[in-house]
Amino acid sequence: MHEMGIANSILEGVGAEVRRRPGSRPVKVGVRIGELAGVDPDALRFAFEALTLDTPMHGLELDIEFRAPQGRCRECSHEFAIRDFELKCPGCGSTNAECISGDELEFAYLEVEEDEPCAAGRKSTE
Amino acid sequence: MNRVPLEGKVLSENARVAAELRERFREHRLPVLNIISSPGSGKTTLLEKTLESFSPSERVAVLTGDLQTENDANRLKRYGFPVKQITTGGTCHLDARMIEKHIADWDLEKLDLLIIENVGNLVCPSSYDLGEAAKIVLLSVTEGEDKPLKYPSIFFKSELMVLTKTDLLPYVPFDVPAAIENARRVHAEMEVVKVSCLTGNGMHEWLTWLERRKHAFLAELAHLVG
Repeated sequence: MHEMGIANSILEGVGAEVRRRPGSRPVKVGVRIGELAGVDPDALRFAFEALTLDTPMHGLELDIEFRAPQGRCRECSHEFAIRDFELKCPGCGSTNAECISGDELEFAYLEVEEDEPCAAGRKSTE
Repeated sequence: MNRVPLEGKVLSENARVAAELRERFREHRLPVLNIISSPGSGKTTLLEKTLESFSPSERVAVLTGDLQTENDANRLKRYGFPVKQITTGGTCHLDARMIEKHIADWDLEKLDLLIIENVGNLVCPSSYDLGEAAKIVLLSVTEGEDKPLKYPSIFFKSELMVLTKTDLLPYVPFDVPAAIENARRVHAEMEVVKVSCLTGNGMHEWLTWLERRKHAFLAELAHLVG
């Protein structure tokens, strides 16, 4: 559904970063998506592939870190990943905990290949 | 190979339009509420009772979303306030562009409250920001009290859970404290109001919440400006 727009937004972010680094080629982009963001990772991968096909971004890898919501224990302040909304602190065992995040949709990193200065020089003489 | 950290949110087209809408609503000091639930939880009935209780001088408008038909708008128009139907044609949620389009000929300056009744669906509407000040989720007592755990996204993002059809509680095995506990597992600060539109029980609490939320929105604006 809105995965196409999100894929497009990721590509725009990559494009902006690459423009800041002349001579670099993006290889892999990492994003963090919370399970509560309502984004389907498979649909996002599909949209991303479809959008990069036959473009200069073709072959760019998408690395999705699909993150469980994070909980925080109200007794001992320990933060932990929540599975199936079992809000039990793995630190002290208390069930007095709250959900503090889970709907994030953000960039993590970009891997780029940068032209070696000598390689660039060789190209120009070929 | 060189790995560089990338910062910032990934914004979809919808998020961009929603941010513009939110800015406009703030300029016009207009609190907007986005009401979400499963089909048949009683969104339209709650809105009917709400509009019925307002004095004619109340400056409120409603956008109501469905896949097809003008039925809900026709039900809500009887109370004399501006109401517009958004028929999505098949899309299972409202998005920010639809809101933008349907408020285009309304003078937002003349409104003090805009209520959006989303398409009946607990899944997709939770991912589409409409520029609203708050999301409200309805859960009727004929549904399962574990719904907040099955559909956590919308409960995580809603400020208020309205338990509807409470007049049916003597006849259904719905466990109210368990439903509230489940909602608060997902969203610790979740506020809860219990309403029966049939008997009117809880309507006062709901209307008080609405009034309080409007004031909180305006107070927040004053704080932003100050």
